[in-house]
Amino acid sequence: MSEIDTEKNELNSENTSIPVKEKLQIPYAVLCELTHRCPLSCPYCSNPVELEMKSREIDTETWKRALSEAVKIGILQAHFSGGEPTARKDLEEMVQHASSIGLYTNLITSGVLIKEERLKKLYDAGLDHVQVSIQDTDPENSNKIAGYKGHEKKLHTCGLIRKVGLPLTVNAVMHRQNLHNLKEMIDLAVKLDAERLEVAQVQYYGWALKNQTAFLPTKEQLDKATEIVEEARIKLKGILAIDYVVPDYYAKRPKSCMGGWGRQFLNITPAGKVLPCHAAESLDFLKFDNIKDKPLSWIWENSEAFNRFRGTSWMPEPCRSCDRKEIDWGGCRCQAFALTGKEDATDPTCEFSPYRKVLDEPLSKVGQKDIPEFIYRKIEVKKRTIGIGHNSKKA
Amino acid sequence: MTELLQLEMNHIPKLPRHAKLRYDEARKIWIINAPERVFELDDIASEIIQMVNGEDSVENIVDELCKKFEGAPKEIIAKDTLSMLQSLADKGFIVI
Repeated sequence: MSEIDTEKNELNSENTSIPVKEKLQIPYAVLCELTHRCPLSCPYCSNPVELEMKSREIDTETWKRALSEAVKIGILQAHFSGGEPTARKDLEEMVQHASSIGLYTNLITSGVLIKEERLKKLYDAGLDHVQVSIQDTDPENSNKIAGYKGHEKKLHTCGLIRKVGLPLTVNAVMHRQNLHNLKEMIDLAVKLDAERLEVAQVQYYGWALKNQTAFLPTKEQLDKATEIVEEARIKLKGILAIDYVVPDYYAKRPKSCMGGWGRQFLNITPAGKVLPCHAAESLDFLKFDNIKDKPLSWIWENSEAFNRFRGTSWMPEPCRSCDRKEIDWGGCRCQAFALTGKEDATDPTCEFSPYRKVLDEPLSKVGQKDIPEFIYRKIEVKKRTIGIGHNSKKA
Repeated sequence: MTELLQLEMNHIPKLPRHAKLRYDEARKIWIINAPERVFELDDIASEIIQMVNGEDSVENIVDELCKKFEGAPKEIIAKDTLSMLQSLADKGFIVI
């Protein structure tokens, strides 16, 4: 039996052999970013720096067609995300459709816009699982990070999710300004009766890169966190599953980002663009195809963006002759490009990368006393700024 | 999940609502869809899981497998069945 993580798409095979086939893989999951609208303005948001406006969002029928096409190419799971996916009134209809064609459905939400009645409707529509993001256990800091006073509402929503009978995962992005509350976060997840806790790390591209100094944790913070997670995993076996990955900057080798480019996963943006990874638009040299123009099967096979880093033939040295090239598949392309400006740069996370210094340099400054103010996520239209969180004026 | 389940022969196992067994036409294998996870089942695991119906005990499942695979010693089938189901129970994907 092998276990595949369909969000981050890491293969956790109990059998240690790694598939070496160069042929086209069957994807496991599609991340549907229904909208970029969101009341929160988290400074590490994974959405692109150039956010899509509501007027550019694809309609219900286009989404439903995309989901049907996803099933045809072998996709098993649909993650409904955003922005805040519950900002779309047709969410139930899409969940219903996805569920009726056999997709496993997952809602990734901030939890601040949803009421019990709608959760019941989603349950009836066949929703299988919900993930709620919690920014910190300290309400004041949680609200500050989110740029929105939603902490109490989030906790309330978690209760409602369990009440209607849906399984819950708590998503906690941990960093310099909340890692000291990791133990409390684990306790909170147990108290909320969550099945899983995802301890996620900030990835530095897009919004997060603008806020790198504010988020980068110290080595001591991380070692402590790893210790806490290891202890909790033993103590809470069968009660709470904890996903935890050490952040890239402190690793010696890259992670297998998305399970390899164009191998297991695809992402559809609010405007219908099909991406190999939710951050791929930061690779401004790539051309993306749109679900409005081409069938998903064609895009998966032929899209220039998918083929650019698929497999190993694109790799430069030292990757090309590395015995881990079919384990990490070249790591995170978005972070590598954001930090080096080179299209095919060896992931700076790797100790053999000629660009390792671009990580070591910010790391040498970690822990400096002055923590900069957050640059909050916001939608920019030409030179005007439209605030979408109560705090966005500060941005 | 509130407590750790230690499966025994008289337990009646079932999949929770959020773990869904299905045959995957694209890959030609049985799989379990779970939150952010897909379990790809090998032949033995799929034989076992397909008998998990919320009505039969582990004991019954083992007896049925013994009938199906004549010649295989019951104690080995019992051991394999329990350990396979327990590995899913540890992750909350088998309940009683």
